[in-house]
Amino acid sequence: MINTLIGDIGHASVIVAFVAAIVSSYAYFMASRTKVEASGDMSWRNLARGAFYVHGAAVMMVIFSLFNIIYEHRYEYYYAWSHSSNHLPVYYMISCFWEGQEGSFLLWIFWHVLLGFVLIKSGKKNNVWEAPVMAMFSFVQLFLTSMILGVVIGDLKIGSSPFILMRDFMTDAPVFAMDPNFVPQDGTGLNPLLQNYWMVIHPPTLFLGFAATLVPFAFAMAGLWKGKFTEWVKPALPWSHFAAVVLGVGIVMGAYWAYETLNFGGYWNWDPVENAVYIPWLVLVGAIHTMIAYRRGKSGLKASFILVIASFILILYATFLTRSGILGNASVHSFTDLGLSGQLFAYLAAFAVLAVGLLVYRWKSIPTTAKELSTYSGEFWVFIGAIVLCLAAFQVLFTTSIPVYNSFMGFIGIETNIALPADQIAHYTQFQLWGGVAIAVLTGVGQLLWWRKGDKGSFLDAITLPGMLTLLFASLIIVLSKLGMLHETMDNPVYIILLVAALFAVFANLSIILSLLHKKVSLSGGAVAHIGIALMLIGVLFSSGYSNIISQNTSGMVYSREFPDAINRDNVLLWRNAPVEMDKYTVSYHGQFQEVEGVPGYVNRELLFPTADEYKAIARGQIKSGDKVYFETGDTLDLLSPENTYYQVQYKEREGDKTFTLYPRAQVNPNMGLLASPDIKHFANKDLYTHVSSVPDPNEEKEWGDLQEYEVAAGDTIILNDYVAVFNGIEPVQQVPGVVLEPGDVAVQADMKIFGERKNYHAHPVLMIKDQLLGRVPEEVADLGLRLTFLNIDTENNKFKIGVNATQKDYIILKAMEKPFVNILWIGTIVMAIGFVMAIVRRKDDGTPKNATAKPTPKRKAQAA
Amino acid sequence: MKKSHIIGILVIAVAIVIIMSSVGDASTYVSFGEAIERAEDGDMTKVHVVGRLKKDPQGHIVGMNYDPLVDPNYFTFTLVDTNRVEQQVVYYNPKPQDFERSEQVVITGNMQQNVFVADKILLKCPSKYVEKEIQQNTASL
Repeated sequence: MINTLIGDIGHASVIVAFVAAIVSSYAYFMASRTKVEASGDMSWRNLARGAFYVHGAAVMMVIFSLFNIIYEHRYEYYYAWSHSSNHLPVYYMISCFWEGQEGSFLLWIFWHVLLGFVLIKSGKKNNVWEAPVMAMFSFVQLFLTSMILGVVIGDLKIGSSPFILMRDFMTDAPVFAMDPNFVPQDGTGLNPLLQNYWMVIHPPTLFLGFAATLVPFAFAMAGLWKGKFTEWVKPALPWSHFAAVVLGVGIVMGAYWAYETLNFGGYWNWDPVENAVYIPWLVLVGAIHTMIAYRRGKSGLKASFILVIASFILILYATFLTRSGILGNASVHSFTDLGLSGQLFAYLAAFAVLAVGLLVYRWKSIPTTAKELSTYSGEFWVFIGAIVLCLAAFQVLFTTSIPVYNSFMGFIGIETNIALPADQIAHYTQFQLWGGVAIAVLTGVGQLLWWRKGDKGSFLDAITLPGMLTLLFASLIIVLSKLGMLHETMDNPVYIILLVAALFAVFANLSIILSLLHKKVSLSGGAVAHIGIALMLIGVLFSSGYSNIISQNTSGMVYSREFPDAINRDNVLLWRNAPVEMDKYTVSYHGQFQEVEGVPGYVNRELLFPTADEYKAIARGQIKSGDKVYFETGDTLDLLSPENTYYQVQYKEREGDKTFTLYPRAQVNPNMGLLASPDIKHFANKDLYTHVSSVPDPNEEKEWGDLQEYEVAAGDTIILNDYVAVFNGIEPVQQVPGVVLEPGDVAVQADMKIFGERKNYHAHPVLMIKDQLLGRVPEEVADLGLRLTFLNIDTENNKFKIGVNATQKDYIILKAMEKPFVNILWIGTIVMAIGFVMAIVRRKDDGTPKNATAKPTPKRKAQAA
Repeated sequence: MKKSHIIGILVIAVAIVIIMSSVGDASTYVSFGEAIERAEDGDMTKVHVVGRLKKDPQGHIVGMNYDPLVDPNYFTFTLVDTNRVEQQVVYYNPKPQDFERSEQVVITGNMQQNVFVADKILLKCPSKYVEKEIQQNTASL
């Protein structure tokens, strides 16, 4: 039965939220006027607050309605049908929620509401900021809720509603013409690549970061508007830290998801969608630095305005890039174009014009200092750092926007055909690497000068020890790399420079922390965050710069057609059970496995007898893990993810006895073909990253050779496709998997033993008489590529007829690589986040604008694709 | 000259370097005809070509070969560009798994000895993110 009520509630709530946002922004605007403020009249403010509360409540109602549609599997709604399915566990239903554009807008709106509540609450005591800041918030909410409004006025479509019914979405589908109340039985499911725990927490984190950038922006705008050119910095600063840490962690979560789930062999691919978030983050971090410098030295106010505004506008630009469809061919993963590009552009343009206009209008009134900064002052180097961050952001922005130039030129009638650089990783790395070097050096120098105020002499004192330690450790690492710590000697001068710079940043900041230990440790947030950044740089340097593909085709079976050499042959063919030498391992592939509910690890597919329901299977034998038996033969098993196949790949060290097993995954998706995800073995000093790059299509029926018939008696030995097999005899069976035996039915199975290369196999093909008819259940020995069928019994001569088909043996194409010291990158991220949190705590408590810190910087350089 | 002026000049200089170098690194969308001309001129820069897979009247893909049993790192196919020029393309990697269903293929690479050597293949599948088909099982009311 179609439930239109919940959708109507949801849609009505969107409209209420939209209208309330209009009321709230207008009322807050009125409340901000100087006349109203001066009169102490609270009526506008109270109305605005009320409207914002109504808005918040309506947003919660929208979220509840949409989640209810997904949770209750209401497939009469397009959103549930296209993003969810019956078998999805609850935690992935949460990811369905924001898989679609509408849901992700909703997530963003939700965070704005929460942050708005926090600001109203914290503004209660000192309410000078509430009205102008919340006017900005409500104004933003007005635009965002319009994206999911789903109202059509004439030819103008405003927003795309998540509450659209299937029959309204697919008006052409004949099924709805026949029966308007048709409800699909199952949804098409969540994109399998998003069925990953990181996809449950990465989007909310990222959108919280998006939402949090609005706070400093709103304060900056309020400051410009109300003429409080200097006061806004203090309340905006902890929020900027908060936005930067959440956004930064969100970005790295996305990178980790890509590392774990996608198979391009790394965590960062310079895809426009990734860059779109990286750019505002760099600028935001730059803004934090100028704001801190302003708090201490009273210079850098204009720069702070520019950067805070720019970071928010760049967030809107990122939204426009990823959601308008403008990236077209340039990105592998962008949202579907919902036809919102006009609205998105209006959103971007409105705030860009408003912010830039207000800034230009007020420019002359913003106080500046005339004094020059000394080269030996911390503030000077903090500024240089902010400039480097902005230049790095500019570089990424300039290239990422290439598809936009094409669209723009097309818009004004000029045909252009520029494309993104052919080798994006090399392109971005040539700049970002030097950006990283500059940032690392500046964090060290800047921090030392910041804390050891003063002259040349004391600076040289301060820099000596970290400098010496740096050179010592850098030499040590290079020597170790020669001794085999890496697969090659570290002799690339550029990489060595980056290593030295990053080590210097670590030691210089460490010396700051040590000196702050007996003063006030809470001040050391900046130094901690900088160490995190430096560690991230080191992690990127090793894991990407020294990534080593170990699955080079060494079989000698290189099959050259056009070019005999000079091509990296990075993939290796592994026949089932046939070991291949790879680097220092012997690697072998041992069959296809699946996940079974209630059994740890994976279960060999040979033990699973498929049923009509793809989520159920019947055990063909005991299901064990270790020594514990989980299921007995004939039990019905629940498959967690029948679309996923795990390929058991065993690594054995040739020298030494260590073995380990990896299960790279491939999933069959009706819309996206076969998707491979890696399995990663983590060592302390490296990750071993393995994925299948090609497998025989599991949907394709196997091609079996002609049936060979053998007449055997008990105890006979026969040769089956090069394997020796013994026919031991037959035995009656009581149970046949997948078949219900009635009284009067008879089933027998042949007992055969086949001697394989590595082990012996028992095969039990079944012959049965059910309802007076002969039935056969063949048995497949996938390891050997054999299928045995019990054809007939010759009761007079006591002979048995066995049929054998052979097929090509199973294989996988595998790619494996080592990522040295990738852990340092993740550790660095955590350290950076800790540093930020320390800085937030301290900035929140700290009333007096005295010394300060926190100067993080990213740079996740490319990785070899 | 004030320090801030020097810094300003430096920033502008770096920005110009970034722009120039990005323009230099930017690739272009070309046809196979132009890709061949470039190769003949000795220009080995990598270009983007947009095209479709060559198909026979029955809609089967022709001119495609991937035999992992012989060489897992060799995949070749025939691409027809927007000017309807056919060209053999070689890709020294396993075949992308959803290759056959792609509607449009974007390749990056250059011409080498009469074949286009691609080092990147980007597939545009008709239904990668939006599904238009609906399975009509039994209507449940």
